[in-house]
Amino acid sequence: MEGAELAGKILSTWLTLVLGFILLPSVFGVSLGISEIYMKILVKTLEWATIRIEKGTPKESTLKNSASVGIIQRDESPMEKGLSGLRGRDFELSDVFYFSKKGLEAIVEDEVTQRFSSEELVSWNLLTRTNVNFHYISLRLTMVWVLGVIVRYCVLLPLRVTLAFIGISLLVIGTTLVGQLPDSSLKNWLSELVHLTCCRICVRALSGTIHYHNKQHRPQKGGICVANHTSPIDVLILTTDGCYAMVGQVHGGLMGIIQRAMVKACPHVWFERSEMKDRHLVTKRLKEHIADKKKLPILIFPEGTCINNTSVMMFKKGSFEIGGTIHPVAIKYNPQFGDAFWNSSKYNMVSYLLRMMTSWAIVCDVWYMPPMTREDGEDAVQFANRVKSAIATQGGLTELPWDGGLKRAKVKDTFKEEQQKNYSKMIAGNGSLN
Amino acid sequence: MGSRSSHAAVIPDVDSIRRETGFSQASLLRLHHRFRALDRNKKGYLSRMDLQQIGALAVNPLGDRIIESFFPNGSQRVDFPGFVRVLAHFRPVEDEDTDQDPKKPEPLNSRRNKLHYAFQLYDLDRDGKISRHEMLQVLRLMVGVQVTEEQLENIADRTVQEADEDGDGAVSFLEFTKSLEKMDVEQKMSIRILK
Repeated sequence: MEGAELAGKILSTWLTLVLGFILLPSVFGVSLGISEIYMKILVKTLEWATIRIEKGTPKESTLKNSASVGIIQRDESPMEKGLSGLRGRDFELSDVFYFSKKGLEAIVEDEVTQRFSSEELVSWNLLTRTNVNFHYISLRLTMVWVLGVIVRYCVLLPLRVTLAFIGISLLVIGTTLVGQLPDSSLKNWLSELVHLTCCRICVRALSGTIHYHNKQHRPQKGGICVANHTSPIDVLILTTDGCYAMVGQVHGGLMGIIQRAMVKACPHVWFERSEMKDRHLVTKRLKEHIADKKKLPILIFPEGTCINNTSVMMFKKGSFEIGGTIHPVAIKYNPQFGDAFWNSSKYNMVSYLLRMMTSWAIVCDVWYMPPMTREDGEDAVQFANRVKSAIATQGGLTELPWDGGLKRAKVKDTFKEEQQKNYSKMIAGNGSLN
Repeated sequence: MGSRSSHAAVIPDVDSIRRETGFSQASLLRLHHRFRALDRNKKGYLSRMDLQQIGALAVNPLGDRIIESFFPNGSQRVDFPGFVRVLAHFRPVEDEDTDQDPKKPEPLNSRRNKLHYAFQLYDLDRDGKISRHEMLQVLRLMVGVQVTEEQLENIADRTVQEADEDGDGAVSFLEFTKSLEKMDVEQKMSIRILK
């Protein structure tokens, strides 16, 4: 009996604390500064750990810049130089060297595949999962690491799971209740309140620290918001600072329940699986949505898949054909505190969320950028590339022309034909053949 | 807990692979990591399709021939030792390799073996000779549809004639080596793996 009473007391004090310190401030969008203190302590600890590691490792193994340089020494000279000739030289047996070298280089390391695995860190951040290159340094460091494991799994994880649970339940209940009201400005205001509160709770469930820059460019109603995609959490990050209408497929299970509840309170655009294949239908519905200036801005991720936040891949032109104003947003995560990238081939959603909740924190920067519209004489693809460059520059990411769909599909033949054309010009282009 | 530790213990027969290929432990770890990244379905081996998924390789005019070089003897799978064996051809030549014990087999990255790798890219039926027909086919791979059949035949004829010494209308490995004796093969066919 006493045991149960004690457990009951602990649970109730726990819940009151959570309510007081976290839930209530979320409703009002106020921060009590607890996360700031946590982050300060965390940063100091990680700095200390980095210094210890640098002191401990021998001088030869320089891990600096390993993330950016890549694992092989590249010779980026163009085809002409690599084939050791001037233009108009004839075919040589040795030409095959150049192509085979380039081919083998691609097999050892290519720009695209590495974007679908987590970014390597320059210095260890005391998480087991990033401990690829780091070896045992000192007892003190190991102790700190053990302490970190205990803190993350026994203190932070239960807290975060509680919050996530509360957040999602509130979202479903709140939106269902608000959905009962007749359409009015009160309904809109309430639905915004519910959305914002629940998103803030969920972000705290991940210990998220988000810096928003240039809030004056926040997406307006009747526009389309476009951002680079790293994980499903991107949605949470953006909706904490404003309400968006989301676009996507109807899922089953928990996601489906959330989707159906959300659409009662405010008009999101959910498609049935069969409808997604019909591009005209999709475009038509989205056009209707933005034509109504009172509706919330649409949120779209044109890459179509999760990339590991070191680069921006090809933007699919579909989102840019709808018309309207595009509001680009760049999202950049700081990998030091927790890796937000969702490698969907390696982890399913549940293990991904668990990894998120056992990281130190999710720290990211969000830059809102001035709106862009399609210029005359620009087609959808060029417009898409322009927006992509803007986002890449703002977020400090590299730009790649490759399609994120390469994760699953093969590359088009047109790219190979370009290389073949280049080579042919060299050996036969001048017509000086005998 | 999701720790991706590619420690040496995970690679089977790491010592024999090291001896055979000459790669350092660190390089082998990197290559093993890469092997597992390419092996999307975690089969433990790579198929042709896994290699074709690499964008930069698929656009390489000789991409198919390079992929083929990983599957000798008609096999359909390449395991990690096989994978590293091919890559070992491109290991840069270091000083320690040159003063080898003559009783030991030739290292995979010797000049002769590098040339043999290139020779294989041409020798489609693996009979030890590059016939005019094979030369034509490989040339066609490299230029696509950009060059006419006649021009291509001219190039193939000229190349075979220049290299062919015994007049059998085909280029043997010896003739191939001879025609490239002035070429800096070691430098052109080397990929340096950074530590």
